[in-house]
Amino acid sequence: MTQTATVKATKPKGIGGGTLGQALLVPALAVLSGLIIGAIFILAIGENVLTAYGALFRGSFGSLPALIEGIRVYFSTGENQALVRALYPFTESLVTATPYILTGLSVAVGFRCGLFNIGAEGQFFIGALCSAFVGYSIRGLPAFIHLPLAILGGALGGAVWGMIPGYLKARFGAHEVVNTIMMNWIAFRLSDWLLNGPMQASGFRPVTPNIQPTAELPRFFADPLRFNWGFVLALVMAYIVYWFLFKTTLGFEIRSVGANPDAARYAGMNIVKNFVFVMALAGGLAGMAGSAQVLGVDHWVGQGFAAGYGFDAIALALVGKSHPFGVVLAALLFGFLRSGATEMQSMAGIPIDIISIIQGLVIIFIAAPAIIRWIYRIPTIKTEETVLTRGWGS
Amino acid sequence: MTNVLELRGITKRFPGVLANDKVDITLREGKILALLGENGAGKTTLMNILYGLYKPDEGQIFVRGQEVDIQSPNDAIARGIGMVHQHFMLVPVMTVTENVMLGVEPTKNGVFLDHDKVADRIREISDQYGLEVDPHAYIKDLPVGIQQRVEIIKVLYRQADILILDEPTAVLTPQEVEGLFRILQTLIDKGKSIIFITHKLKEVMNAADDITVLRLGRIVGSIDPKDATPEILASMMVGRDVNLVVMKQPAKPGEDVLKVNDLYVRDERKNMTVNGVSFDVCKGEVLGVAGVQGNGQTELVYALTGLLPVESGEIYLSGTAIHNKSPRTILEHGVAHIPEDRQRHGLILSFPIYDNMMLCTYYEAPFAKGVSLQENVIQNNAETLVKQYDVRTPNIYVNASALSGGNQQKVIVAREFSRPIQLLIASQPTRGLDVGSIEYIHNQIIKKRDEGTGVLLVSSELDEILALSDRIAVMYKGQIMDVLDAKNANKDNLGLLMAGVHPSESTQKEERLP
Ligand SMILES: Nc1ncnc2c1ncn2[C@@H]1O[C@H](COP(=O)(O)OP(=O)(O)OP(=O)(O)O)[C@@H](O)[C@H]1O
Ligand SMILES: [Mg+2]
Repeated sequence: MTQTATVKATKPKGIGGGTLGQALLVPALAVLSGLIIGAIFILAIGENVLTAYGALFRGSFGSLPALIEGIRVYFSTGENQALVRALYPFTESLVTATPYILTGLSVAVGFRCGLFNIGAEGQFFIGALCSAFVGYSIRGLPAFIHLPLAILGGALGGAVWGMIPGYLKARFGAHEVVNTIMMNWIAFRLSDWLLNGPMQASGFRPVTPNIQPTAELPRFFADPLRFNWGFVLALVMAYIVYWFLFKTTLGFEIRSVGANPDAARYAGMNIVKNFVFVMALAGGLAGMAGSAQVLGVDHWVGQGFAAGYGFDAIALALVGKSHPFGVVLAALLFGFLRSGATEMQSMAGIPIDIISIIQGLVIIFIAAPAIIRWIYRIPTIKTEETVLTRGWGS
Repeated sequence: MTNVLELRGITKRFPGVLANDKVDITLREGKILALLGENGAGKTTLMNILYGLYKPDEGQIFVRGQEVDIQSPNDAIARGIGMVHQHFMLVPVMTVTENVMLGVEPTKNGVFLDHDKVADRIREISDQYGLEVDPHAYIKDLPVGIQQRVEIIKVLYRQADILILDEPTAVLTPQEVEGLFRILQTLIDKGKSIIFITHKLKEVMNAADDITVLRLGRIVGSIDPKDATPEILASMMVGRDVNLVVMKQPAKPGEDVLKVNDLYVRDERKNMTVNGVSFDVCKGEVLGVAGVQGNGQTELVYALTGLLPVESGEIYLSGTAIHNKSPRTILEHGVAHIPEDRQRHGLILSFPIYDNMMLCTYYEAPFAKGVSLQENVIQNNAETLVKQYDVRTPNIYVNASALSGGNQQKVIVAREFSRPIQLLIASQPTRGLDVGSIEYIHNQIIKKRDEGTGVLLVSSELDEILALSDRIAVMYKGQIMDVLDAKNANKDNLGLLMAGVHPSESTQKEERLP
């Protein structure tokens, strides 16, 4: 036998072949390093790091004593105000993470097929508008029909918005980066017009009417907790995308086209068909993010609704290594940082921009893992060398 | 005579593989050392260690008697060690000059890149060593042989005096190989020392001063080229006697399986590279297509397999027209394709072996049920094929990129042979393979032939064409010069045809000479 056959075959687990622990080591250290460097900035502006990070933590997770107190009050008096207040930070972080998960998946799916979807922001917007329209214009439907219809409307709207650049690429070779950016601008201006005209609620503000209660994604708790089924929807979608990408023939095609289009063609795959399909899928996911935001959180759409979720999604997909589960983790991280930042600003007076700096650092560290490996002296697990040109044939 | 380079006790483990096991190697000053060994023997790994790409687990490296610690290619370059990789490392959209200066960019006024200085230096090096190349040409426009010169110039530009060439001849035409060996001789004359890796035994005996053979990561021994024969070298490499001659019965050709009528094809740059080609392949025969690389063979194969559109003409597969059909349709008609560029078309390097083993049939039973991939079936299939085709790999879960070049080829052959086919199109099927693997793949091709498969074999190795073919078509400038019966073919008449000369014409001319 050969020397190679002596080792028993073991199936590697986790993202990218290594063990799960290995896969998470660098991201975890990246977050840690981001926080450490963020601390230097906080010191530089003359604030107390412990106060700041304490507020950040309370803002994103809540505080344990408050939670215990809330539970005690609730059980002894039936009064839930304290409990709700204690749960608020944590659930609000999950609410923030929801659109991040879905838009992150959108960009990640594109990356898997070698496509750069910068249009998640516009797809998000269009999805929200479509869902809002289905949500407020149709009356008298039972919730179990109206809600799915509203979600579907958003997903379809986003899908069309994504599919157009996909089609342009497939048909004319027009680069999707340019076209998705263009589609973003069309979405923004279109929404300006819609919100000031056809879709405007009565009154002067450029907002849509409130959706019907039958189209709302149900909330788990009473106001002010906005935590709703949208989060579950996002997790389910992450699993479906994972299953689709890694367990189905269609996903295999997508990944093949992304990894080596020449080999994909050789294997009989239709490259341009995949481009159109994947862009529609990506658009649909971003559109669904818009749906979840309207139907679960805001219940109406106004100008500036997208708030950058679609752009942050690019970083998320990068940090999550374009793996659906990685995207979920990255989205949670961003959700917690974002919603904790608000608290940090109001309670400790630290500018919210510190969080942007920390996020930026985390992204850099994860995008360039060599930095982290160098700082923490982690030996490189030599993967593959970059092949710039192939020596075989022309 | 001094030793410029010595490796002592080099050991390197990869997960599941002992790639180098206490390897000792000596390179004498001003000499050419040939490193031989099976696919996966650890040659590339050893050279990558020397070049600082991998860190050895054990062992020492001495340059001119001094122990050195090589942590990175920069360290290697600083010690005068340069490497030309098995798969080139050039940026196709950049010029020769830009590629050469990459990583050591000289500047004007500390800001602007000094292209002219580099271009001048390239010309100097070209003149000095006979490495002709246009410094302003784009890499993507250059033939492989010239690309390789650029790689050598890159190394010389960095002032290396120990050159490592990993399978430099695998992708070259015989003419280019001759050119390369002239260049190597010039390099030696100017005081350089060279390690080169190859699977071509005749080259070794002609060009090398010393031969060292590796097997399973260990040194088998060294031999003086004067005492070596191909048989001895082959058995040292493989550890058993290798049959260097293909044993085969005369073909029993049946009806036509492939019929090509007056075919015209344009290449990716829209030049007409196939100019009216007609031929047919019968069931149970091997039609060899000989020719210097770049005479339209590549485009012919791409058109046959649907990768390039047909400009005009027809292709019939058992009577069905397949010209301008999609690769999928052609594949489903039972055409297997071993592509010339294995890393570009044949494999997805970042996918595990088991995925690569079903790359063309992933959507069909038994690999898929509906849209759902059947992981167990896929992995069992890979386990079986890896055993059957002796692919050297720690397991089926590693990415194709972790395999040695030869074993990557075996993955493709295994995959293509494992589905029902009526026509096999094999382009350079044994490029970069060791003698043992070549023997195996040749036997497999003949076995397919004897089962009634039609085989179209495209190869720039005349030896391979002569060994396998029943009929031989010679391509020159996009046309078929002639189709010979293998019995009447030999290196001389094929060689003339490949140069565009009909042997009858040449004899007539000779006769007319006074
Ligand atoms: N990065 C890697 N990770 C894991 N295993 C590897 C890696 N690189 C090489 N190997 C294994 O090490 C062994 C030696 O490979 P190497 O590429 O050195 O062979 P080689 O002698 O150059 O073969 P060839 O003639 O086919 O190029 C092989 O079994 C290969 O699978
Ligand atoms: Mg090698």
